[in-house]
Amino acid sequence: MNWKRMWIVARTDLKQLAQAKDYWVPMVALGALFFLVVPAILLLTITKIGNVEIVNQISNTLKVLPKAAQSQIRGTSPEGKTSFALAVFLFAPVAVVVPLTISTAVGAATIVGERERGTGEFLAHSPASAREIYLGKLIASLVPGYLTTIVGFGLYSVLVNVIAGPEVGGWFFPTAQWWILMFWVIPPFLAFTLSLVLRLSARVKSTAAAQQASGLVSLPLIMIAYGQSSGALFGAQVSGFYVGLVAWVIAIVSLSRGVRSVTRARLLGVANEV
Amino acid sequence: MADQTSLPPTVSLRGVGHRFGDVQALDELTFDVPARRITVLLGPNGAGKTTAIRSITGALSPKAGDISVFGTDPRGEGDQVRPRCGVVSAKPALYDRLSGYDNLLYSAQLYDVPAAGLRQKIVAAAERFGIADALDHQVGGYSTGMKTRLALSRSTLHDPDLLLFDEPTSGLDPESSQAVLDLIREMTNDGKTVVMCTHLLAEAEGLADHIVVMEAGHALCTGTPDELTERYLPAAMVVLDAEAPDQLDRLAHMTGVIGYDRTDVARIELDGFGRVPDLVLSLARDGVRLTRVEPHVPTLEDLYFAVRRERTELLAGRPLPTLDTPDPQGFGRANARSAGVSTTETVGAGHEEVSA
Repeated sequence: MNWKRMWIVARTDLKQLAQAKDYWVPMVALGALFFLVVPAILLLTITKIGNVEIVNQISNTLKVLPKAAQSQIRGTSPEGKTSFALAVFLFAPVAVVVPLTISTAVGAATIVGERERGTGEFLAHSPASAREIYLGKLIASLVPGYLTTIVGFGLYSVLVNVIAGPEVGGWFFPTAQWWILMFWVIPPFLAFTLSLVLRLSARVKSTAAAQQASGLVSLPLIMIAYGQSSGALFGAQVSGFYVGLVAWVIAIVSLSRGVRSVTRARLLGVANEV
Repeated sequence: MADQTSLPPTVSLRGVGHRFGDVQALDELTFDVPARRITVLLGPNGAGKTTAIRSITGALSPKAGDISVFGTDPRGEGDQVRPRCGVVSAKPALYDRLSGYDNLLYSAQLYDVPAAGLRQKIVAAAERFGIADALDHQVGGYSTGMKTRLALSRSTLHDPDLLLFDEPTSGLDPESSQAVLDLIREMTNDGKTVVMCTHLLAEAEGLADHIVVMEAGHALCTGTPDELTERYLPAAMVVLDAEAPDQLDRLAHMTGVIGYDRTDVARIELDGFGRVPDLVLSLARDGVRLTRVEPHVPTLEDLYFAVRRERTELLAGRPLPTLDTPDPQGFGRANARSAGVSTTETVGAGHEEVSA
């Protein structure tokens, strides 16, 4: 395994993505929508406009949260408590949906795209091993989604603190659970999903087919990740750690099996090998 | 230059077979690639040329047969073979969203070209193929010729010992094609071994030091152009024309003439060029006013079709002589007749000393 070659494959793929405005403009728009626009509208509605009806509705919703979660809620006023709960608990799925959606879109096209453009021939004849190509492609698919999420998370943190902070008694976000979610739980979910998506990308015959198949695979995974990440936030910090640990084990097993899906014959698009 | 015949072949394939589902892509494929020569794999589409190239680098791993490249088997030791190969595939296989420079940089890094002076090396490789001015542009905006030149630059950047070109002039205009072929010829002057696939006979003409004619995944014959010409087109062939062409038909019955055909001009096959003066004298005595007497130097096209015709005969069950015992009657001609093909396609076999 030549780690340098793996990084070269990843870096070149990322360089190509950076050149593709038609790809990264929607990606940024998606991140901005989920991390900035929607939270800003909701939090402003609660804290600044003071819409009593909405505050009451969300306050009622908070009653269904687990006791552990309810005990964490801070705030001196109903608006403060509501905006705290909204920021900390209800936007958790955003942190899952954005990276999975973006990375799945990249990963689905990554290997079949090489074949369709004919560049798979170059890679197949090159000294790069199938493992180096697979991991390079995985990183190149993972980085855009995760990077967007981390940047979005940073901006979201600022937004939440600026809008809801005064109602809660100061800057409160990110909470410990969110740190665990972002850096311990999300990465293995992302890696596991991509390990499946890359396998599909290696096997199907067109990018369109890869994207359709990836959608079918990633949708249930997004649902599972949604549930698990919410659970990680609602429970104690240790529950988030265990959710992440299990996800890492599954991801590592899936990644090691996924390596076999990339072969030189598949990069060439040789009929019966695909 | 070292005596090239004393060098072991760079590539050796023995009985190599590979299937794609129901399709037998390679069938007992056997040939050698001599070191520091240009070997042309010649054959129609679907002959297995590309599969052969892919097997040489280990990109494909045929189940049957023996493959040796630089003395190792690329199926198990591909990591020793691939760094020493430079490949240009039929589609240039470039990254359209990257600049020409970035495409070359990617290749250089994958092939472990030392980072010191890398930029200079990239620019030098691009200059060699006349593409340096466009290095900063995105490849998506390149013409087909520019892409081919960039792909050629990329294939040589890591200074490989073996260059594999799969139809490198595909889609190029004649001028660009010739320029590419000239560049390929230059590479063997640097001591490189070149394997080139083509179905275009004209581009292999004059370029090939060694020829492998392929069909249906099998090598029909291999050898130098001279060896193959002697083997398949041994008869002396002459083209004649006259003010009254029908008067030339008497040639068919003259001594030494073993083949005769007349369409627009008369083409005859002789048992030797020494007959020509006597035939001309005889025709002149009969009052035939000749306007053309010209020995025909066989082209690769002549050779190719002669080989293909032999294959047809073989499949039809006709016994054929072995490569070691050339047919004294002129195989290509004989088969052309029996296959009902006009001998105008197979006229050839002019020897240089006679032509001169």
